Amino acid sequence: MDKVLEMHAITKQFPRVLANDQVDFDLEYGEIHALVGENGSGKSTLMNILYGLYQQDAGEIVVRGRPVQINEPRVAIDLKIGMVFQHFMLVEPLTVAENIVLGAELKKGLFFDSKRAVQEVENLSRQYGLTIDPRAKIADLSVGLQQRVEILKALYRGAEILILDEPTAVLTPQEVEDLFKVLRTLKAKGTSIVFITHKIKEVLALSDRVSVLRRGRKVGTKATAETDEQNLAEMMVGRVVLFNVDKKPAQPGPEVLRMEQLTVEDQFGQVKVDQVDLSVRKGEVLGIAGVEGNGQSELVEAIAGLRKAASGRIFLGDREITNSSPLKVREAGFGYVPEDRHRRGLVLDYTVADNLILGIHGKKPFVKGCMIRDDQAVYENAEQIIEQYDIRPPVAKQLARSLSGGNQQKIVVGREFTQNPDLLICAQPTRGVDVGAIEFIHQQVIAQRDQGAAVLLVSAELDEILSLSDRVAVMYNGKIVSVMSADEVTEHKLGFLMLGGRLEDYGANEVNGHAK
Amino acid sequence: MGEVLALLFNTAVFAAALRMATPLIFAALGGIFSERSGVVNIALEGMMLIGAFTAMFVSHQTGLPWLGVVGAVLAGIVIGLLHAFFCIHYRANQVVVGTAINIFAGGLTVFLLRYYFGAAGTSPSVPTIPDITIPVLSQIPWIGRIIGRQNPLVYLALLAVVVAHLVVYRTPWGLRLRAVGEHPRAADTVGVHVFRMRYLAVALSGALAGLGGTYLSIAHLSRFSEGMTAGRGFIALAAVIFGKWTPYGALGACLFFGYADALQMRLQDVGVPTQFMNMLPYVLTMVALAGFIGKSVGPKASGEPYIKG
Repeated sequence: MDKVLEMHAITKQFPRVLANDQVDFDLEYGEIHALVGENGSGKSTLMNILYGLYQQDAGEIVVRGRPVQINEPRVAIDLKIGMVFQHFMLVEPLTVAENIVLGAELKKGLFFDSKRAVQEVENLSRQYGLTIDPRAKIADLSVGLQQRVEILKALYRGAEILILDEPTAVLTPQEVEDLFKVLRTLKAKGTSIVFITHKIKEVLALSDRVSVLRRGRKVGTKATAETDEQNLAEMMVGRVVLFNVDKKPAQPGPEVLRMEQLTVEDQFGQVKVDQVDLSVRKGEVLGIAGVEGNGQSELVEAIAGLRKAASGRIFLGDREITNSSPLKVREAGFGYVPEDRHRRGLVLDYTVADNLILGIHGKKPFVKGCMIRDDQAVYENAEQIIEQYDIRPPVAKQLARSLSGGNQQKIVVGREFTQNPDLLICAQPTRGVDVGAIEFIHQQVIAQRDQGAAVLLVSAELDEILSLSDRVAVMYNGKIVSVMSADEVTEHKLGFLMLGGRLEDYGANEVNGHAK
Repeated sequence: MGEVLALLFNTAVFAAALRMATPLIFAALGGIFSERSGVVNIALEGMMLIGAFTAMFVSHQTGLPWLGVVGAVLAGIVIGLLHAFFCIHYRANQVVVGTAINIFAGGLTVFLLRYYFGAAGTSPSVPTIPDITIPVLSQIPWIGRIIGRQNPLVYLALLAVVVAHLVVYRTPWGLRLRAVGEHPRAADTVGVHVFRMRYLAVALSGALAGLGGTYLSIAHLSRFSEGMTAGRGFIALAAVIFGKWTPYGALGACLFFGYADALQMRLQDVGVPTQFMNMLPYVLTMVALAGFIGKSVGPKASGEPYIKG
């Protein structure tokens, strides 16, 4: 088959890293080509070069048989290349139609013809079956719909080559299914698609071919049908990866965390957590599944002392910690891996060593006398955690900012886990973390459980919930709608409950033939 | 009390309010264009001052006040481009650059005033743009006495508000302007030239602020005096925020501030201290910023330099 796109020996050097090292990539007409690799392996760089956001230092790009110089996005657009970015390129106060036509507006005299823009968007959305209200403001749309706008934006410009950079990172499982349907439709209409991801399941579910990058170099390209999960993971990480966390049945003990009728409001006075009763026992992992924004964050923050509870009570062991300060909660035996590691988990401009004592920096053995910092103890602590948690590069004096996402997360995990808390909350512990590090963090969570910690796991990743939890609670619209033991749970059932379905109705829905 | 009430609705006070508002309106529109493109323009004050001086100077040299208007606009564009160059090209802190321009403008105008006219404080009297009477409008009772006879620049300011609204909300350029000020990278990825848009917007901002200055020196008065803008650039900035970055909103705010200004002169006779009225625009702006009058949220990328790639 003919190639719509060929990239030959693309090399891109950034100040400190060689992001792409002689990478070859090609795309056939009407195929879905998955581009996979761990974070920092150079996938996005390669595609940003194709879209004209970066220029390659060496190498050649050939589009439809003709060598091209793409030095700005406009050139890429003219070559009918479209890109959907991981962080959406949408202007929030503008409408859907305005965003779609921006830069290629239709005119009526001197003026912008907004009526025709709306019409064109309606036509386009009908043609591709991508339902959307052209007059809605972006700020009012869900993440899934915003992504749809991004796709329409590319189609409006006549994109025949569509690049999607980690499009599923922000979507719920149902939205992912919808996206896949859309992409298959586009493929059927002749669009050639590059799909960047680090999730192997998605590669297998969607793509025709797959190319793997590792540390800026291409490891190989294969027909998807000729590969499998294990094989791809090995190509990505460079070693054998275990998927199933090896875990023994839980030995739950007494209750460690108990919430009674807990209600939490956000800063605007909206109820985000609505009279929740929930408890976590020693030696078990309780997973909270739910689409993001259903109150999980507020729930966790209320426990951690970062947000006031409007009513209700929280107990840690036999101490009440309702509306205690974060320090008090920590002293009661609490460890916390926050969902936003950059904002809450790390000080990016501190060294790894300093980050590893955050929160315990005022305690022995890190202070001598009454207030003098003991550097030796700080670095001994750092060396130990770096080794135990395999933080790379293993340099205690390096700034946290310079590490990859996965290694930054290992700093947080290492710091929190080594304090052996009675209660451990892990919120999205593997977000943006690559396969190798996910495996490691999962093993550590189970190790904490086996040492007797009560673990509360909040995750939007169903796989993670399913493979780690001993019990699963589903949160929807601020309420806990169901608590099940791990053996009653399936991915499908969770997805149904997460979107507000009721357990009684679950069977009925199944009969109606929910396509899988 | 009746005396005060009569004052509040006096047509002469309204007419004066419109005159006091005119320089603010020009400058505020300038502020809107700049901020909408993502560049904070705290230099409105300095741009007005240089505009006021240039207008006076050109009018003095040529005897043609309208040529003074052109000169002031060009001077405003030059200062605008200077501001843009440091803010966009060198990504300097926009507030610092703006402050520097204000200080520079204060010094430069004083220096030039003394150099050319040897006079301390004020320039000689120069030819001004005369007021005009609008035939039909001036015949309408009450309203006619307010807007029937005014300076052409007053009418130009009102017209500029309407044009600015159309440009910002109804043209492709305006759509791009708003996009660039909210999410420059998004605009960049669809082929909109972020830097070009910002340079244009800040230059336009300078031109409008220059026009505002013009009104002060060769329409409202017939001379330039040191520091004659007296903080009007900042009041205009307040009007931008108060008017939620929209031309009509800013017009309302400017009219209100102009009214307060006009009233102030009259109220002195009744015994209200000037300082109290001078304080009003700022107090109101703080009230607006504190969110009492709905939320006033500016363009998201305002004040942030754009770095390509």
